[in-house]
Amino acid sequence: MSEDFPGRKFGIETKSSEVFNGESTSSQKEELIEAEIPEQDLYHPKNFITKWIFCQDAKVIGIQYSITAISIGLVALVLSWLMRLQLAFPDVFFSMGPAAYYQFVTMHGMIMVVYLLTALFLGGFGNFLIPLMVGSRDMVFPYLNMLSFWMYFIAVLVLVSSFFVPGGPTGAGWTLYPPQAITSGTPGSEGGIILMLVSLSLFVIGFTMGGLNYIITILQARTRGMTLMRMPLTIWGIFTATILAMLAFPALIVSCIMMTLDSLLGTSFFMPAMVQMGEHLKYGGGSPILFQHLFWFFGHPEVYIVALPAFGIVSDLISVNARKNIFGYRMMVWAIVIIGALSFFVWAHHMYVSGMNPWFGFFFATTTLIIAVPTAIKVYNWVLTLWRGNIRLNIPMLFSLGFIITFVNGGITGLFLGNVIVDVPLSDTYFVVAHFHMVMGIAPILVIFGAIYHWYPLVTGKFLNEGMGKFHFWVTFLGSYSIYFPMHYLGFIGVPRRYYEMYNSPYIPTSAVGLNEFITIAALIVGFAQLVFLYNIVSSIRLGKVAGRNPWQACSLEWQTEHVPPQHGNFGKNLPTVYRWAYDYSVPGAKEDYIPQNVPPSAVLGAKVEKT
Amino acid sequence: MIKKENNLFDLLSEKPWEQKQSAQDNLHSGRTINLTKAHLGLRGIITVSIIFFSLFIVTYADRMLLHDWQKMPEPKLLWFNTFVLFISSVLFHWAKNKSDNQKFKEVKNLLLLIGFLAIIFFIGQLIAWKQLVEQGYFFNSNIANSYFYLFTTLHVLHLFGGLFFLKRITQKIFDRNSKLLAMQSGVKLCGIYWHFLFLVWLVLFGLMINS
Repeated sequence: MSEDFPGRKFGIETKSSEVFNGESTSSQKEELIEAEIPEQDLYHPKNFITKWIFCQDAKVIGIQYSITAISIGLVALVLSWLMRLQLAFPDVFFSMGPAAYYQFVTMHGMIMVVYLLTALFLGGFGNFLIPLMVGSRDMVFPYLNMLSFWMYFIAVLVLVSSFFVPGGPTGAGWTLYPPQAITSGTPGSEGGIILMLVSLSLFVIGFTMGGLNYIITILQARTRGMTLMRMPLTIWGIFTATILAMLAFPALIVSCIMMTLDSLLGTSFFMPAMVQMGEHLKYGGGSPILFQHLFWFFGHPEVYIVALPAFGIVSDLISVNARKNIFGYRMMVWAIVIIGALSFFVWAHHMYVSGMNPWFGFFFATTTLIIAVPTAIKVYNWVLTLWRGNIRLNIPMLFSLGFIITFVNGGITGLFLGNVIVDVPLSDTYFVVAHFHMVMGIAPILVIFGAIYHWYPLVTGKFLNEGMGKFHFWVTFLGSYSIYFPMHYLGFIGVPRRYYEMYNSPYIPTSAVGLNEFITIAALIVGFAQLVFLYNIVSSIRLGKVAGRNPWQACSLEWQTEHVPPQHGNFGKNLPTVYRWAYDYSVPGAKEDYIPQNVPPSAVLGAKVEKT
Repeated sequence: MIKKENNLFDLLSEKPWEQKQSAQDNLHSGRTINLTKAHLGLRGIITVSIIFFSLFIVTYADRMLLHDWQKMPEPKLLWFNTFVLFISSVLFHWAKNKSDNQKFKEVKNLLLLIGFLAIIFFIGQLIAWKQLVEQGYFFNSNIANSYFYLFTTLHVLHLFGGLFFLKRITQKIFDRNSKLLAMQSGVKLCGIYWHFLFLVWLVLFGLMINS
């Protein structure tokens, strides 16, 4: 096996700037070990099951993750339709009752945030792109990687099974606040909430397995010449997001364990003394606020776990399609790292109305506003990358532009909500719904679509259909704007979120009712447009135009593989050697307007690499 | 001449597009840290684990301030269990030294002994549970009890994870078909995890006897 891939061993004879050389004697030893132990041979699948089901190839695992995530995401999409129909046309098509409504809200939120976005960005794109982009044959622990996917898959199954237990899935809201989440009267407090907590715990365990892989592959298994500061921003985004996830997900599993015990064994970690129907419950002394702190200590980094890979991917899409290097590469890296670090110091801005010491609120409002600085820098850099670029207005680019606009919109409303004094009246209104859907719903989803159009030729060797793609973009972009933009107004006039029905509230004008109907129709249209997208994905596998090698003329390594789509082992006999960063577009003096990362300087003698 | 930079800030301020930097980068091996991937994986697991336990400890600290907290007595047996864990940690250190000197016969026996001690520890914890339950300290009768049972369970689960790898490395040494350095590194890493288990237990136990 090692003869097949002689380039597979780590070269360790050269040390360079970034080898941390703390303990010189013991690290000498470690080097020796790595040299002595041959790289674990790539696992070669022998039959259908080991090739496509229990597969250890990161590319296949990435596709498995993506398909599972998108499938469960479609369930959440249907749930959102049902909610919208109830809000706009109560009892016209069907009557669902408040319990079902809350269950749909909860499942929609949880699925979209955790099981779709996190799994798709890190599990899907991470697995597919990391080894290819850093020039490695596979992840460092392929078996663990396979386990990671199957844990995720079981977590999804457990989640889905909660629809079928007596009492149905939990209806506690995606934040699962105790005491109500496990008190009778809340839908799903019998079995649904337990299944939800178990499913989340499985997700975290599975993710930790995958996360170790992503981090160590990026740190240790890059190809020769690929320094950290030469990596594409996609990898930086996924890398930082994975570190965030490894630090934040323990908070989720800790709160899940403690709440499960509260519910099943009657402990009082979070449960205060309560009287229900005149009877004292067995609980007493617990602190529900403690749960909120734990939950949001996970929950806020979670926003950036979703956002950072999106930032990274969109930077690459914009750079490729503007035929320019990304403006301020180092600043983009710094911004990713700083946003990641700051994201651990802002969590309590989700809890302003839970009550807290005013200085506490002041602190969290300040940190929240500070995080806007690196984020704004990123937006400026994207715009400056476009400035005087040779823009190719293809579908990935359209989605990237859509992302910038949506993200700025959602980010600005975030500045309002980050201030305690503005947040308190707007809290629990549709303004908040509009804000977080814009900033972490639509914006990352647009990036995902752009990324799928961009990398589909790498996965299948075919282009997606352009006409259907344009239709998909415009309906999705304009449609989701028509859904969420009016919600800001609904929030201003005080329409509360999480209400099953508005009844005859005199302060809500009739125009709000009309607006609600409009939003629902837009939501239905946007949802159906996704069917076109799915059809496009399925049909293009056979009917799509053949893409060939490096169809977008990109510099990064994943397009420089010997075969398209890349085969088992990713690269040919030898791993590529990297001579430049991933952004040598339109270099003066070069024959073509891009120089791939693995082209040595001797092959492009006239080219003058520009400074940024 | 290859420049050595040692910290993250120097690394993040590299200018990959500059010729000088580029010439240097071309020679880069693609590894960031001079550790094996198994060692890094272990460090990753330990880091996540530390955060996991720290968060529990934070909730513990928060929860014990509330009025209904009733301290529970610690059975004397726990001191014995702590001692068992301490001994197995010491033995592991010894085993590591032996394996560095390639005395695998002794390493083998030591590893078996450590596995045996781990099971003693587990049984000791179970007996301590039984004693407490007999005295009427149930899992949900007070929050301090809940934490005690929770912490011991989580710690033992981590121990079981360690036993899984201990079994693998012992197997390796019995079979004698792995490379020398692979066995040595296996013993070393497993030892690090054992010290970690002991430290976690010390922190948890210290926390519980002091509150």
